[in-house]
Formats: sequence, C-alpha cells, structure tokens
Amino acid sequence: MSVQADIEAKLQTSLAPSHLQVVNESHMHNVPPGSESHFKVIVVSEHFTGMPRVRRHQAVNEVLRDELSSRIHALSLRTHTADEWAAQGGQTFDSPACLGGGKHDNA
Amino acid sequence: MDSHVTERIRQEVQSNDVVLFMKGTPVFPQCGFSAAVVQVLSHLGVKFNGIDVLQDPGLRQGVKDFSNWPTVPQLYVKGEFVGGCDIVREMFQTGELQTLLQEKGIQAQPAA
Repeated sequence: MSVQADIEAKLQTSLAPSHLQVVNESHMHNVPPGSESHFKVIVVSEHFTGMPRVRRHQAVNEVLRDELSSRIHALSLRTHTADEWAAQGGQTFDSPACLGGGKHDNA
Repeated sequence: MDSHVTERIRQEVQSNDVVLFMKGTPVFPQCGFSAAVVQVLSHLGVKFNGIDVLQDPGLRQGVKDFSNWPTVPQLYVKGEFVGGCDIVREMFQTGELQTLLQEKGIQAQPAA
C-alpha cells in the first residue's frame, strides 16, 4: 500500500475523523519525483475534545509512529474538533517551503 | 537514551527562557519548518537560543526522545515544550503564543 493510503487508513481507524485530508507535498521538496516523504494532514475528530494541541499531535504521531520513524520525513499537521473546524470556516493552510536541508539526512 | 544528551537538553531548556531546537541556524535555517518558527519569533521580537541539531546526530535523536516529539523544530519556553512548527504558527495566528509569552514573562519587542 502507498504511504498515503497507509496514513489515511490508520487515522480513519484510530481517530474516526469527521474530516480527513492527507496531501502528499513531496513534490515541493528536495526529493526524487514520485516520493512519499512530505505530507500535510488535517484531522477533524471528536477524539480531540478537551486535549491541548501538543497532546493531539502526539496522538496522531503515535498512530503514525512506524511511518514517522521510517517513511515520512515531514508531517504538517492541523488537528481540530468539529466545532473548531466549523468556527474557522474549514480553511486549509500552507506548509512551509523547502530550504533543501533534507540533503543532510541519512534517512 | 544517552544520559549526557538528556542532561544537556535539560540544561539548555532550563537555563534559557526560549530555546528552539532547529535544523540550521537562526540566520541560515536549513529547513522550511525551522525557518517558519524563526520567522514567528523574530517577528515577535523574542530573543531565543537556536540550537542546530544537524551539527550533532546524538542531539538530533535525543531531543526527539526527550520531548516525545518525532520532528524538528521544537520550541521550549521556560523549560516547557510548546510544540513544533504547526503548533507555533497556529498559536501565533490565534494570538495564543503572544499570550503565553506574556504570561511567562518573556520580553517581546515587535519590530516597528
């Protein structure tokens, strides 16, 4: 299965999101064509109710632990409850541009 | 995890008000995510200690273990982990970051 499909499947199962957006942004970075290394993920889930942001991100990171330790180099993450998502109008966001630092990576 | 690395990280975040573990330096960030956090802190006029994890593989892994956070950059304020790039940018946009810095007594002098 592709990395993107894995991410989607794991988040669907674990967090039962009412909205889930997984965008492969690898083409914006210093990696070969067709890479699956850089992703932007928006998760809207009631699971996050009452959790501070750091804990929400840690919950997502935990679900994607295997991917983050091997296959994903960077993950842009937004985590909302349904109310928060509605309040901010369902806006997406821009990930930072690449500055080429990945070439220093061994992974 | 290497206890020397852990101790070094602990000392850094306890002895400096604002610490950013990042890729590259504040002047020459080597990653867009790190650059974005530097930009926010600079915009707010916050003095911070930028630590380049690319200079030290042990530190690079160590800070991930220390914070239970799989990526860099990582921002600490008064010894407390605030978050990575996404959280810092989101908190800046909502004004929560400014409030947090104020509550922690961090001097911020936005550029005129």
